Amino acid sequence: MRFRLNGKQVDVEAPAMKRLLDVLREDCGLTGTKEGCGEGECGACTVLLDGQAVNACLVPFGQVRRRAVKTIEGLGGRHPLQAAFVAEGGTQCGACTPGMIMAAVALPKDATPDQIREGLAGNICRCTGYEGIYRAIAKARQAEGGPPRTVGRGSRSTAGKPGRRQRTKSSKRRTGR
Amino acid sequence: MRSALSALELLEPRSLSHALALLRDAAPVVPLAGGTDVYVLLNAGTPSGTRYLNLQRLDGLRGIARRNGVISIGALTTFAEIRRSALLARRLPSLVAAAREVGAVQVQNRATIGGNVANGSPAGDSLPVLAASDAVVVLRSADGVRRVPFDGFYTGYRQTVMRPDELIVAFEVPPVPGRQWFRKVGTRAAQTISKVVLAAVRAPEPRVAFGSVAPTVVRARRTESVLASGGTLNEAAAALMTEIAPIDDLRSTAEYRRRVAANLLRQFWTETA
Ligand SMILES: Cc1cc2nc3c(=O)[nH]c(=O)nc-3n(C[C@@H](O)[C@@H](O)[C@H](O)COP(=O)(O)OP(=O)(O)OC[C@H]3O[C@@H](n4cnc5c(N)ncnc54)[C@H](O)[C@@H]3O)c2cc1C
Ligand code: FES
Ligand code: FES
Repeated sequence: MRFRLNGKQVDVEAPAMKRLLDVLREDCGLTGTKEGCGEGECGACTVLLDGQAVNACLVPFGQVRRRAVKTIEGLGGRHPLQAAFVAEGGTQCGACTPGMIMAAVALPKDATPDQIREGLAGNICRCTGYEGIYRAIAKARQAEGGPPRTVGRGSRSTAGKPGRRQRTKSSKRRTGR
Repeated sequence: MRSALSALELLEPRSLSHALALLRDAAPVVPLAGGTDVYVLLNAGTPSGTRYLNLQRLDGLRGIARRNGVISIGALTTFAEIRRSALLARRLPSLVAAAREVGAVQVQNRATIGGNVANGSPAGDSLPVLAASDAVVVLRSADGVRRVPFDGFYTGYRQTVMRPDELIVAFEVPPVPGRQWFRKVGTRAAQTISKVVLAAVRAPEPRVAFGSVAPTVVRARRTESVLASGGTLNEAAAALMTEIAPIDDLRSTAEYRRRVAANLLRQFWTETA
């Protein structure tokens, strides 16, 4: 099946219902995309599908036919976000980092601090406490010539505690199902 | 788990009529839209079937448009698209508010409104809005089209009038008279608190629809008539208690849900006064 992977046209044989996550890791040899929960809650498997952030654990391979997939490998290792995550302590164990960076890549160029928090609300980090991540994104945006915004504490009362907000977002689905 | 997924079949219809023929002739077939419910079940090892029908390329099921004053929302429209729609922001802002509450960005980019409704969880965020706006569910099968009022779509917990050979193709929403109101009470960190959703319309004939307080979404008709006839808020809340049937579950008690539902009703009524 043909699709674009990190800018190149590729042809990969894999079952249509196999998860995009497994096709990337097992059939394409791209193990940068991680599996955390396997149920759409943690964001570790975030990749871009036609430029939009999606959870690769919930995407059937058959649905990427003729579409464009971008993974962390597609950033090439020298992307300003990658450098900033290292410099600002935006990564510790690293399990969430590829997904976190891909979610950050998908943010609009002029995203406000609140929009950045909202855009990352589907990505859970158990290590950093999120502040290093927000610092890294602010720094990368400056490096790319974006507005020099800080994404610090208290930008909005409901979003003041990133850890809580993350858990709120990730746990709310379970009710009544 | 993974090898199990590899054994599943994904049928690729060339057109809507081809899809409908497959639903009729190749049954049982499970429609697959954004996969955000289907894959959660697959990943949990409890698949809904072995043969799936890829809806993604059925472009006739996409898009938001106004025809003869009625807004038509294609079943494959994602919540991200709903959030971006200027037409909905003007005509159906409560649906935009609901879309914002569905999961995180990654889910909103994939999850469709048709899947939300077909999946039929009473916690589905779009359901109360469709109920309060007198939406019509447009169903298609190889036999033709059926239009079902949203209020008559569900028959029980995750049970609908939709037949296995039918697809939801769109929702039609007539103009909503009055001010729309939407609020979702979600979980808080580390608390076993669940959510209650209210979508309502403030008009001479008010409309009130609750999610997560019964096996199906509830259009609270008795509550509405108390409000319409000038009853007090206490009378309306008392009527509401006869119309909802919340349950105790892991996240919250039935009693808590009753209190939240009554509070939301009060908040709606006072804020739109
Ligand atoms: C992490 C996470 C968080 C979530 N949070 C929320 C939330 O806060 N609020 C909320 O409401 N939902 C939430 N959801 C569920 C939400 O994503 C789904 O209900 C979504 O809207 C389903 O759409 P889909 O296109 O992904 O459906 P799919 O998974 O493709 O299908 C769902 C069901 O609908 C059927 N179906 C799909 N389309 C059609 C059609 N056109 N005609 C007939 N049958 C059809 C399928 O056969 C299947 O049974 C969450 C999901 C995840 C994974
Ligand atoms: S592994 Fe996909 S969201 Fe957690
Ligand atoms: S760095 Fe360990 S989970 Fe985020």
